[in-house]
Amino acid sequence: MTGLTEPRAPVGKVVPTAGPAQIEARGAAVRMADFTLWSGVDLDVRAGEFVAVLGPNGVGKSTLIKVLLGLIPLAAGTLTVLGEQPGSPNARIGYLPQRRSFDPALRVRGIDIVRLGLDGHRWGVPLPGARRWSSQARAKQARVEKVLHLVDAQDYAHRPVGQLSGGEQQRILVAQALAPSPELLLLDEPLDSLDLPNQSAVAALIARICRDEGVTVMMVAHDVNPILSYLDRVVYIASGGAVSGTPAQVITSETLSRLYDTPIEVLATSDGRLVVVGQPEAPAHHSDRHAV
Amino acid sequence: MLTAAGGLEPRLTWNLVQDVRQTLEFPFMVNAFRAGFIVAVLSGLVGWFMVLRRESFAGHTLAIVGFPGAAGAVLIGVSATYGLFAFALVAAVLIGVTRGSGGRGYGAQPAVIGTIQAFALACGFLFVNIYGGFLSGTTALLFGSFLGITPDQVAVLAVVAVIVSIVLAAIARPLLFASVDADVAQARGVPVRILSITFLVLLGCAAAEVSQMTGTLLVFALLVVPAATAQVWTPRPFASAVLTVVIGVCVTWLSLFAAYYSSSYPIGFFLTSFAFAAYLLANGWRRLRDHPASRPGALV
Repeated sequence: MTGLTEPRAPVGKVVPTAGPAQIEARGAAVRMADFTLWSGVDLDVRAGEFVAVLGPNGVGKSTLIKVLLGLIPLAAGTLTVLGEQPGSPNARIGYLPQRRSFDPALRVRGIDIVRLGLDGHRWGVPLPGARRWSSQARAKQARVEKVLHLVDAQDYAHRPVGQLSGGEQQRILVAQALAPSPELLLLDEPLDSLDLPNQSAVAALIARICRDEGVTVMMVAHDVNPILSYLDRVVYIASGGAVSGTPAQVITSETLSRLYDTPIEVLATSDGRLVVVGQPEAPAHHSDRHAV
Repeated sequence: MLTAAGGLEPRLTWNLVQDVRQTLEFPFMVNAFRAGFIVAVLSGLVGWFMVLRRESFAGHTLAIVGFPGAAGAVLIGVSATYGLFAFALVAAVLIGVTRGSGGRGYGAQPAVIGTIQAFALACGFLFVNIYGGFLSGTTALLFGSFLGITPDQVAVLAVVAVIVSIVLAAIARPLLFASVDADVAQARGVPVRILSITFLVLLGCAAAEVSQMTGTLLVFALLVVPAATAQVWTPRPFASAVLTVVIGVCVTWLSLFAAYYSSSYPIGFFLTSFAFAAYLLANGWRRLRDHPASRPGALV
């Protein structure tokens, strides 16, 4: 979104020099059953950017992620993801769905969960001894160990995943999404249900992966503050539409007031956190945000 | 275990080799051991996924529908085996299809499954009533019998087991993916819904096989307990699947052996007792091992 003057949010990061477009949307709209969730959404995400999708509950943030994955079709407009029409499932996109945690009784190791991210879509039986004779299996093993190291999960990767803490499970899932070396990571509220120290730790981890591995990250977030200092761009969805730009452009009283068509104030605390006041709740017809 | 009457009753001599040899002198016992092996291997493999997918209720229902299936088959004068398979397969597809767009593996739509189960039991009771003189066989249908398994039945069991195992081996990895993480699996192009229905059909076949040994009420002895025991023992998927099969075969053969020497007790009792003992043992062992750490969330 352009035309905004005097960005004032206290954020330090500048949008990097534009890489190739990873996500490009023009006038995108989604209809669920008999109402339009959002429409007229324009979006440009460039390679290596860290993008947050913000907005109140139930406006269709998760739906945006599913549209990018090709799980939900567009009702209008155009969209390309990694230069292709969304819908062809591929290893170039890593996905971490909005999550409940794993069942505590699930007796499968974290490392198995990560490995499924690498080859879980392939038919056949995973044989544990395969790396003795197959160089391909050894390469897979090395890749799994590398992503476990990236998220710092080596110590508990051999424990049953159901017994891990929320933060540990989230790291395992990030490793799973990273396993096939994706160019784009779509994360749906990965900080949800984590305590504050874990929120900032996982946020820092994702930012580091974005920077060091050159992976484009698009993260749905309920609260922008844990990731604010890492963000290149935010997409703010309100009922009906969306604006996108740098955090300094979007998270302002002016932009949000215009988006919601109601007075909204963005307050900055002394430590640089942002508080949005007066944000209306989601429309009532979309009560179950987990359903779509 | 010993029957006092002696004479023609089999006697346990406490010489294990001789006892086993005596057991294997009778063709019907050899058949039972063969059938038991086939059933235990198959139910172990399928049961492992069933426990992982939290689909025990569906598995139980698919076994229960074998009761009207077998009763109905006898009523119209065909082999009970065909009735078991026919009903289990129809019910599997029914449950799989009505599960609908929800599509998540974890115990979806228990109401539909429960309704099917209740209706199946009622039908079975009706068929038994219509048939009249059939009542003595009802106990065997519900609680199992190892007597009178014919070589033909063993052949049918083997063929079905081989087919189900091959299909299961082909879909094992994506099924595991879809079972622990349906959303991500779907995003990676795994046909989650088709796998879910396919697995229910395999589960139906397994339940129909197992219920010929354990009866339709006690299939859990072989479908659930070995898998649950093995998963307590190790979180490695391949190792626990293999362990499931080993436990299943041991429990089955041990039960046949025990049932042979105490013909007054039904095989189903021994199966469930031995399986239950193995489960208790595994949990006790894990408690002991996990005790110093005493991690939260360790399920008994």
